[in-house]
Order: sequence, then C-alpha cells, then structure tokens
Amino acid sequence: MTSNEKGSWQTPKPTDTWKDVPRAGVIPRGGNASEYITGGWRTFRPIYNADICIQCRLCWVFCPDSSIMVNEDGEVIGMDLDHCKGCGICAAECPKEGAIEMVSEEY
Amino acid sequence: MAINLRELSKKTIPFTGGHRMCAGCGAPIIVRQVLAAAEQPIAAGVATGCLEVATTIYPYSAWGTPLIHNAFENVAATVSGIEMAYRALKARGAVDKDIKFVAFGGDGGTYDIGLQSLSGAMERGHDMVYICYDNGAYMNTGIQRSSATPLGAETSTSPVGKRIPGKPGHRKNLTNIMAAHDIPYVAQTTPAHWRDLMTKVKKALAVEGPAFLNILSSCPLGWRIPDDSSISILRLAVDTCFWPLFEVENGSYQMNYEPKEKKPLSDWLKPQGRFRHLFRPENKHILEELQAEVDRNWERLLRLSKYDSE
Repeated sequence: MTSNEKGSWQTPKPTDTWKDVPRAGVIPRGGNASEYITGGWRTFRPIYNADICIQCRLCWVFCPDSSIMVNEDGEVIGMDLDHCKGCGICAAECPKEGAIEMVSEEY
Repeated sequence: MAINLRELSKKTIPFTGGHRMCAGCGAPIIVRQVLAAAEQPIAAGVATGCLEVATTIYPYSAWGTPLIHNAFENVAATVSGIEMAYRALKARGAVDKDIKFVAFGGDGGTYDIGLQSLSGAMERGHDMVYICYDNGAYMNTGIQRSSATPLGAETSTSPVGKRIPGKPGHRKNLTNIMAAHDIPYVAQTTPAHWRDLMTKVKKALAVEGPAFLNILSSCPLGWRIPDDSSISILRLAVDTCFWPLFEVENGSYQMNYEPKEKKPLSDWLKPQGRFRHLFRPENKHILEELQAEVDRNWERLLRLSKYDSE
C-alpha cells in the first residue's frame, strides 16, 4: 500500500493497482520526473570540455531540461545525459568556442 | 539586488529534468528562471497547456514546489482561491510560513480562454503573480492560432493557401490590457534576457497585490526553427522591437531596454518557417503592415515611458 505521506511515498510501479494510488491521484513527492529518462530523445550529444570552459554558467541558466550538472560551489561539471534531449542551446549560447560541442549520437 | 549566476547556480532549482517538453522549448527555461529568482517558498498552479500536460504526466511531476492541476480557463481563479485560503489560515495562526503564489499559463490559457478569470483575479487584488508564457499559438494541441498569433503566421487553423495568406488580423496586446487593470506591477520580458526576467520576477513577488508578467517563449515546432536557436530568436524579437522589454509600475511605464540599432522586423521573421510565405512578392504588403504595427507599438511605448519619466 502506497502511503500518502511525503517521505515514504514511492512513484507507483506498473504492477500497482488502483488501491496503491493516493486519493485524487496526488503525487505526494514532487520532482520525481527525474526518475524518468529522456536521454533517449537525443540525436546530438553535448561534449563538455572543462579546460576551455570559463564557468560563466550561461548554459545552466538556458538549459530547458535542468541537465547542466553543477557541484556544491555552483561550478559546471558536465551534462546529465539521462535527461539531456540534445537541443544544443548550451552549445549555441556558449561564449567560448569548443567548450561545448554537439556531436552526432551515431559516432 | 544584483543577480549573479555564480551565486545563483549554487541553488537547487525545484524543477527537474525528465519532463516531456520538446527539446529546445522555451517554457521550461522560463519556469527554471522564475523559480531560481524566487527567494520565497512558491506554490504554483498551471493552466492546461504544453507546460501543464508535459511536466506532470502521471505518476511523475517535474515540480519540486507544490503544484495544483486545474482546467484551461481558471488557473487565476484557482490560485486566487488558494491565496484566500492561505490568508484565512494565516489569520487563524495555522500557517506561519510566508508563501508566494504563482500562476502559469500559456497564451491560449491567458489571452483567450482564461482572460475572464485572470481579469477577475487581478481586479479582486489577490497577492499573486500571473506569468504568461506566450509562444503565439495553441502548440500543445497542434499549432492552432490564438489571439497572440502575429499577423500572417501560418498555423493549422490559418493555413497559407489561395484564400488566406496566414493569420488575418493583428495580435492582441495583452500586456497593455493588464496594465489597464491598474494593478501594482505589469512587465514584459523574455528568458533570453535572464537578468531582466529575474529582476522582474523579484519585483513581481515583492509587491503586495497582483502582478502580471508576459514572457515571450519560443516553440521550435510551431515557429519551425532549429532547436538550438530558441534563445537567439528571442533576442532578435527584442532587438527588432517586436517584443519590447518594459514594465508598468503603479501605472507608470518604463522602458527597460532600447536596442542601439533597431533591426528590421524581417530579421526576426526570416528564420521562422511559419512566416516563410511572407517573403513571396505577392505578400510584401503583409510584411509592411507587420513592420508598421511594430513601429506604432514601439513609438507609443517610447512616448508613454518618456511622458511617465518626466
């Protein structure tokens, strides 16, 4: 039985029945979309080059998929390829040539 | 109130990846920037539209903030109801947190279907922020025209053919309609100008009473642009003065950005497939009419902001 409590709630599995779903179909713990993988949508993959990156964080502020990974100090450390859809906004908006490169997934 | 990306990126934005918005969509960029700018805890509502449908596919939700699902036409009414309940609970001492309430809606849910509930909520003076992400058509259901669609744009309900050359008639100027409600804060911005957007979100959240933000959002599918040009096309919208960055604070207009060199509107139209037919010789008059409308609107805004600053 899935609990309505926020802490212990888990995303329902396909084998769960209607009895396991909280009342009114509420999702007690939001932000669980991160369990869903959208990386398979990608045609082009961003390649991050830490040596060229100047840490301006423009990719971070423009990424639609929250896929620019940062460390505790807020420094960019790479891309979350589980969720990146390969739109290429990060590479297009990057002020430094070569810091982010888009390559075809079929290499 | 300086906004610094180096400080901001230390913060976890309560909006995760794994939502099902298209690659390169402008709307999740707007949501991320809004939530990054907010210092207070947020409770949100979203009108039916791409954002609502694609970020909350059951049993997943991309929102780390409390979010309420509701219908197409009533997000402003829903959020104003929550705000009233919160005020009542607070008066009773049942809640002690300071929570801000934000309603999101697309142009379909704001310009057309939700206009009456939005107008009502603004008139009643709820302490809430309404954010419209305007991509200029009903993209979620298959690119039908809305009253935010610019003149001449090709949509599935204004198809280019022998009878009509795209959408007949100009778009509605919603930002001015909201300014006419005489609410404390109304502004227009885009996510390409992230500093401007975040400053406006902070101002909108800080005012006591209703605030409205109209934010231009790009749609690679409906505008027929490459996924990676989502941000650059929005910058062009501002540089051609199609989408001026301005705010109306307590009834006084202020221009926030004047391009050094006003680019011709065709710079913004040309990269978009939905305007391709306007560059045929027989449609030259539509291009001219569009440019004239943009010029009229821009001159009027300049006059208003000049008058209000004197």
